[in-house]
Amino acid sequence: MNLVTPDFGLLFWMVVIFGLVFFLLAKFGFPVITDMVDKRSAKIAQSLKDADEIEARMASWKVEQAQMLEATRKEQSQMLREATETKARIVADAKAQAQAEADKILTEAKAQIEAEKESALRDVRKEIALLSVQVAEKVLRHELSDEGSQRAFIDQLVDEASQAQMRS
Amino acid sequence: MILTFLISLLLQVSGGDTLSSASLRDPVRANAPERVSPPENEESSDIDVGEIIFEHIGDEYEWHITEWKGKPVAIPLPCIVIDNGVHVFTLHHAAENGYTLNENGKLVNAATGKRPVDLSITKNVLALIMSSLLLLVIVLLTARWYRKHDAMKEAPTGLAAAMEPLVMMVHEMARENIGEDYRKFSPYLCMVFLWILLNNFLGIMPFFPGGANLTGNIAITLVLALFTFFIVNLSGTKHYYKEIFNPDVPVFLKPVMPVIEVFSAFMKPVSLTIRLFANMLAGHIMILSMVCIIFIMAKYGPLLSGSMTLVSVLFGVFLDALECLVSFIQAYVFTTLSCIYIGLARAKEE
Repeated sequence: MNLVTPDFGLLFWMVVIFGLVFFLLAKFGFPVITDMVDKRSAKIAQSLKDADEIEARMASWKVEQAQMLEATRKEQSQMLREATETKARIVADAKAQAQAEADKILTEAKAQIEAEKESALRDVRKEIALLSVQVAEKVLRHELSDEGSQRAFIDQLVDEASQAQMRS
Repeated sequence: MILTFLISLLLQVSGGDTLSSASLRDPVRANAPERVSPPENEESSDIDVGEIIFEHIGDEYEWHITEWKGKPVAIPLPCIVIDNGVHVFTLHHAAENGYTLNENGKLVNAATGKRPVDLSITKNVLALIMSSLLLLVIVLLTARWYRKHDAMKEAPTGLAAAMEPLVMMVHEMARENIGEDYRKFSPYLCMVFLWILLNNFLGIMPFFPGGANLTGNIAITLVLALFTFFIVNLSGTKHYYKEIFNPDVPVFLKPVMPVIEVFSAFMKPVSLTIRLFANMLAGHIMILSMVCIIFIMAKYGPLLSGSMTLVSVLFGVFLDALECLVSFIQAYVFTTLSCIYIGLARAKEE
């Protein structure tokens, strides 16, 4: 059967032509294409890896950032709290100091007032004593203008004095 | 046009031809053969389907394209024979040079009846030259794109974009199956794959420059398989040959295994040859048979021939689609198997 017997002429030409085309393409055709595409694939793979790395780094940055933000917030609230405390303390201190000062002033004032009062009283007493002496003088001068009354008065004074002596 | 064609065809069938008898050309892929001519001369419209089919899938010394007004339109091709010197002539002048065709349609020496060394540029050789040139141009143009452009920065366009997936598919296949020195073998595998694919598709094409049944020709597939065979066995590692001649098997198997292994090494190219050849040939025969049904049924009246024409056109379309699939699958299978065989031959000791 002629279908399954290979024809020599065709065998010959096939070897020659296929071999020639294969030689040309293996030299100038396929390696150019495959090398280039392989290089490109390698580059793509590298780029993907790089992108992954960058993404990972970004993620870690993000975490860091969040941590920093958290820390800052904590610090802020801490400072705020401290400030409030300081304020309260200062106010309380000031109040206490003011109170003390006021008390002191008050006490001093009271003391002064007391002293003033004392001296005033003393003055008044002195004045009154003086006045009463003068009044007594005048009264005495007037009453003792006669002898009789002078005597009576001296007696009375002696009595009184003696009574006072006895009592003491 | 188709009508003229069909009429001329019927005339041709009834008239008979001296050189290439029964030259029914493939009209199915013209895809409108519903209008079948009425049987003009019933007594002589018996069509020899076998002859038509064999003439299609076989080889010939001129490229018969069609019939025009009862005369064959063919590209004359040079017959080259070596038989006491080189003789070059066209088929029409075969007799003058002392050659004639034998019953298989091959040139023989008219005097002795023996086959000379026949290096004629036949239809298949011309198809081979054209398709190989086409492949050469396609791949070199693709390679040119990669030379002229920076593939790192631009995506391939046009031809390069179309060819890249095919080439890279085979390249990846080589990488997966062969191992670290796959780059040495990848061009061969790419070449085989693209060559078979291109010729399978050209084979389905019903008109010039396609239509030659190259990949369904056993000489062609044999050469392809032998290329694989030599590449496999010339690049075989020590380990590969040890596995063939001195495998690690129980002692009583030692004498048997080399025989089996050597036989299997030689059967690999045979199976490659037959697989591709038979698949493509069968596809061609099926499609041609579908087409022939139209012409066989022509004499059975309009109803029967009309309905059968519809059926065979539908089947023809289906078979053509199937052939497109088979074209790819067979190219892929041949390449994959070649790749696996090379991979086995490059095996290293574990």
